[in-house]
Amino acid sequence: MNAVQTPAAARGGAPYVRLEGLTKRFGDFVAVRQVSLDIARGEIFCLLGASGCGKTTLLRMLAGFETPTEGSIWIDGVDVTHVPPYERPVNMMFQSYALFPHMTVAQNVAFGLRQDGTAKSEIDGRVHEMLAMVQLDGYDKRKPHQLSGGQRQRVALARALVKRPKLLLLDEPLGALDKKLRERTQFELVSLQERLGVTFVIVTHDQEEAMTLASRIGVMRAGEILQVGTPTDIYEFPGSRFVADFIGSVNMVEGRLVEDEPDHVRIQCEQLGCMVYVDHGVSAPPDAPVAVAIRPEKIQLSREQPPGTDNLLAGRVTGVAYLGDATRYLVQLPNGFQLRVTAPNVSRREERFEQDDAVWLSWHPSSPVVVTR
Amino acid sequence: MHDRRSWFVLSMLCFGFAFLYVPILSMVVYSFNASRLVTVWDSAHSPTLAWYVELFHNSEIMEAARLSFRIASVNATGAVILGTLAAFALERYRRFRGRGLFSLLTTAPMVLPEVITGLSLLLLFVVLEPLIGARGATTITIAHMTFSMAYAIVVIQARLATVDRSLEEAAMDLGARPWKVFAVITLPLIAPAIASAWVLSFILSWDDIVITSFVSGPGSTTLPQYVFSKVRLGVSPDINALATILVLIVSVAVIVAGTYMMRRDQRRIRDAQVALGAGG
Repeated sequence: MNAVQTPAAARGGAPYVRLEGLTKRFGDFVAVRQVSLDIARGEIFCLLGASGCGKTTLLRMLAGFETPTEGSIWIDGVDVTHVPPYERPVNMMFQSYALFPHMTVAQNVAFGLRQDGTAKSEIDGRVHEMLAMVQLDGYDKRKPHQLSGGQRQRVALARALVKRPKLLLLDEPLGALDKKLRERTQFELVSLQERLGVTFVIVTHDQEEAMTLASRIGVMRAGEILQVGTPTDIYEFPGSRFVADFIGSVNMVEGRLVEDEPDHVRIQCEQLGCMVYVDHGVSAPPDAPVAVAIRPEKIQLSREQPPGTDNLLAGRVTGVAYLGDATRYLVQLPNGFQLRVTAPNVSRREERFEQDDAVWLSWHPSSPVVVTR
Repeated sequence: MHDRRSWFVLSMLCFGFAFLYVPILSMVVYSFNASRLVTVWDSAHSPTLAWYVELFHNSEIMEAARLSFRIASVNATGAVILGTLAAFALERYRRFRGRGLFSLLTTAPMVLPEVITGLSLLLLFVVLEPLIGARGATTITIAHMTFSMAYAIVVIQARLATVDRSLEEAAMDLGARPWKVFAVITLPLIAPAIASAWVLSFILSWDDIVITSFVSGPGSTTLPQYVFSKVRLGVSPDINALATILVLIVSVAVIVAGTYMMRRDQRRIRDAQVALGAGG
């Protein structure tokens, strides 16, 4: 996990993008608070958070539209904190795409190159190469209003990439697309990034988007980055209640540490009415209040009582939602507490549970995540 | 019940249009009247183009029209340039000291009584005479610009507010310096508003008489001033002819502009449908 958090250091190089103690205040309001972050070259880094968490302000500081109140930004070894946006080796794809309505597709894509005084012949070549890459050959004479949403998104991407920036910033890149198109575009975006090797920083509030696109995710809340890690880290090893709850669905129960050994712990959970056995140690003082997070898909349901005594509960099904690929159950414990359980539908004739069925719930000792914050 | 109401609505509509356009229509008709007396229709010799011929031979009128045209053009151009700069400052730099006062001062000439504006400008030009010379076309132009600019600011600022700021940011992000962004992104996008502000300023100047009377000199008579002075001595039919020509110009301009905008909207709708049909 350490190697993941500092990938550049692991390869022996300085980080490509470095944020040091970045703070942005608007009057009394602190939009971004003391953010320090290293991003490696060629990475897809995702800033994930609810609206108003400061992720867009952070992105705008990277682009140069906002000046940090404190802290500094380094890109490829150069301090760009006070470099204006038109001189930064950074390009941005806007949430609204911000295509110039009075210019054709080709003029839009060529705009950045024209500002640099690139030769006309080279501009034409690179514009067509870029349009071909986003599968828009033949659209160069169209105006933005003559394009569909997906085509506009690709023009915006081509325009932001044509200058070969060191860093590409994407503000909710797929937010304006419908679901089917979004899924397809996610994979296109990743393959394009792999081909070009440009470092991406993506801002999104959509956790699924973050999980599919990102090599690492930074979860933000109230101007701070709570946790940085790979999608697997964030999902399987959330560091706090907020992260566990924010990413995916989770059953969160309060508990008290009663047995604390280096290789396992036991947690007394009043809400569950049982002892939770976890097969790894946690760093918390004994008797400390902790929270146990169990993902719905990590709980097994069965009609017969499984062997063992730990991590075992009896309950009654109170809700069934058949989703096709999986079925979601709501299971009520004798004390009234409800747990969410997701069971994959692996076969068509699988036994499924009905409303009011008596069931046993169990989970593997490695499944619960214990968080102290 | 429904029929009766629609009959009522229709008659109100007719009355409204008649109220607005019958005077103009009668003026147009009387411009073809052969009689020298404005109120008497000479059916024996009418219609005639005699007054139109006379109009073009009246050097005083033609001189006044040329002066008005020149003043109105220079005024509109100046008002639009200053108006654009002021609107940009007000709309894009939202947090500067004295913004509220600046905003108030730029639009004050719209509500200030013309007599006050005229008088204060007259006093100013008297003091400034050694600098800008005797009162004449220059002082009229400056005076017209003071109030035209207020209207230009309102029109341009309204349009500027609808221009997505991220377009300007995108241009800057792609390497364009602020002035370049203004020239190649902002300006083309607010061009329609600048055009309407220009036309508005032109018309405000073209028919202004109150402020003009205060600041004009002996050698400079604008068209409204000429017409006004003629009417005081009794309306002569060549004024009808002149007014008819102006009405004709305005009508043609409105029809051309209206048709152009209608076609453009239709084209946009068609394009959008094509894009949606293409999908993907």
